[in-house]
Amino acid sequence: MLISDGTMSRIQTTFSRLQAAGRKALIPYVTAGDPRPGITVELMHALVKGGADIIELGVPFSDPMADGPVIQLAAERALAHGVSLRNVLEMVAEFRQTNTETPVVLMGYANPIEAMGYPVFSAAAVAAGVDGVLTVDLPPEEARERVAVLKAHGLDPVFLLAPTTPVSRLAAVAELASGYVYYVSLKGVTGAATLDVDSVATKLAELRQHINLPIGVGFGIRDAQSAQAIASVADAIIIGSRIVQEVEAGEAGLTERVSAFLSGIRAAIDMARA
Amino acid sequence: MNDIYNQPDARGHFGQFGGIFVAETLMAALEELRVEYDKARNDPAFMAEYYSDLKHYVGRPSPLYHAKRLSEEVGGAQIYLKREDLNHTGAHKVNNTIGQALLARRMGKKRVIAETGAGQHGVASATVAARFGLECVVYMGAEDVKRQSPNVYRMKLLGATVVPVESGTKTLKDAMNEAMRDWVTNVDTTYYIIGTAAGPHPYPMLVRDFQCIIGEECKLQAQEQIGRQPDAVLACVGGGSNAIGIFHPYIGVPGVRLIGVEAGGFGVETGKHAAPLTSAAKPGVLHGQRSNLMQDENGQVIETHSISAGLDYPGVGPEHCYLNEIGRAEYVAANDDEALLAFHDLCRLEGIIPALESSHALAYAKKLAKTMRPDQVIVVNLSGRGDKDIPTIAKLDGIEL
Ligand SMILES: Cc1ncc(COP(=O)(O)O)c(C=O)c1O
Repeated sequence: MLISDGTMSRIQTTFSRLQAAGRKALIPYVTAGDPRPGITVELMHALVKGGADIIELGVPFSDPMADGPVIQLAAERALAHGVSLRNVLEMVAEFRQTNTETPVVLMGYANPIEAMGYPVFSAAAVAAGVDGVLTVDLPPEEARERVAVLKAHGLDPVFLLAPTTPVSRLAAVAELASGYVYYVSLKGVTGAATLDVDSVATKLAELRQHINLPIGVGFGIRDAQSAQAIASVADAIIIGSRIVQEVEAGEAGLTERVSAFLSGIRAAIDMARA
Repeated sequence: MNDIYNQPDARGHFGQFGGIFVAETLMAALEELRVEYDKARNDPAFMAEYYSDLKHYVGRPSPLYHAKRLSEEVGGAQIYLKREDLNHTGAHKVNNTIGQALLARRMGKKRVIAETGAGQHGVASATVAARFGLECVVYMGAEDVKRQSPNVYRMKLLGATVVPVESGTKTLKDAMNEAMRDWVTNVDTTYYIIGTAAGPHPYPMLVRDFQCIIGEECKLQAQEQIGRQPDAVLACVGGGSNAIGIFHPYIGVPGVRLIGVEAGGFGVETGKHAAPLTSAAKPGVLHGQRSNLMQDENGQVIETHSISAGLDYPGVGPEHCYLNEIGRAEYVAANDDEALLAFHDLCRLEGIIPALESSHALAYAKKLAKTMRPDQVIVVNLSGRGDKDIPTIAKLDGIEL
């Protein structure tokens, strides 16, 4: 969104730059504090090194209803260290000490933000250097007042769209969303099996008639091949569970493994540009 | 009847509570359910089948029974029991599963899923699934699978698949998370039978409506047997379905106190309980709704404790939060030990083995009756029978069955 002084938000700047270069955005996800709080900032820098354009940083929650086993366990590992929304904001602030360019979007569930309160959260998030907020269990119907607070602070509210989303709901999303929208490629939880590129392409064409924002696609992208296929139809590809699996595999060589994995994806989606 | 009380609003809000807080994938399914339920409840054929099943399959009306020996022993008000324990499957849960199975069939869904705590809702779901020829999968916390083993076996006998849930606290809330994950994955083919008056709109409303048969019967029976309405109506509150079922028809009736009894666990002051309203827990968002919610200062849902699996839930249905806020209903807690005493009292004085959940309401009825006159009347919703709890009780008595 446009910040009050008329400059572009970090997310908008990122997409403009990529679009000008004919490239697609790569958006990896990690759960903050997994497997321990001390490693998250390092991991975020490793994601950037591997080619991340935007980072989705998961805020751990006790009841991750929309997540599959991989991200559920990531949240449990982080919560075992008592990682709170405030701690996550501290991690973003630390990341910003050396990276002022890569947008950070917090992804999580409604209650931790509800508990802090939107005005307090929004101010703290902006101060920490957060750019966008994606709340999985906050559909547009319940979002209006909450999103107004986010936007007043210059935060981009990112909304989910699904294969089941009827055209009749798109106007509300178009009105409230900014930054980008996140198309959930399949019916299921994070980390679920295969996605169907043709049906994603068809749905994205429909969405584009109503929504004038970049569209990222996530859920089910696991490798260079699926990333490349989706990159040929979407503006951004989002990878979560596959990266969290690298974290799950242990800390030995973790940052190198994550950077290397993402570099492979980066190369694949850059080839999809034509 | 209740012209002033008209909740929820079109989007499922009971004042600041309720609403729809789910991932986008489920929004269309919830809208479809809302529309279909709206048609069904205005369809005389649908309602006739529901009432006919309640009569011939469930065995309704359930009696309103004067517990004379209990009343005498306690001293004070007369205690009546609304005997939901006598329903087929042994609890009030079946009133709701009959209604929702009829909806599932109407919507052409061949597969139903359910979450369960004590196992009563799981059994009631497996039962109606068998009768309607639907595939049934029940999610149950691994902890509850252990403490409610008779019900696990009953569900299997009825042809359901029981999936133990190992995530989080391994209790009812985690079973509900897992059921939601199943629903999101299989939304085209699957109907989710939520077992209590909670969850995203329209569930709190439709579960309430299907449970209101309890209060509607009670009003007629009280008039017939006592010549008037009771001074107080009590029910235990887990998610709140048996309580809202008996409370709702009384909301517009002046002079009837409505008292919900939550699980006090080791005592509300110890923090180890499942009493979000009594402990004045802050509102929060869980399982698709906004309600008073047991949580830490960071908004993480905290572990609850109750001797009864069916009350072991950190949230509560939104309509109870609203009734509490406007002061039309009162909410109190009964501790584990108080519930156990009341359990044994009812066994020995009335020859009725109550569910541990319902024993919480009985425990508070004992306290309240003592403060009232013998010409006053308390109705306790005896939400279920205690067969499922016998292993738990025996273990507490040091007996291995
Ligand atoms: C017998 C009985 N009573 C009460 C409850 C609590 O549920 P609710 O508050 O929805 O009535 C249960 C739940 O399992 C139950 O089995």
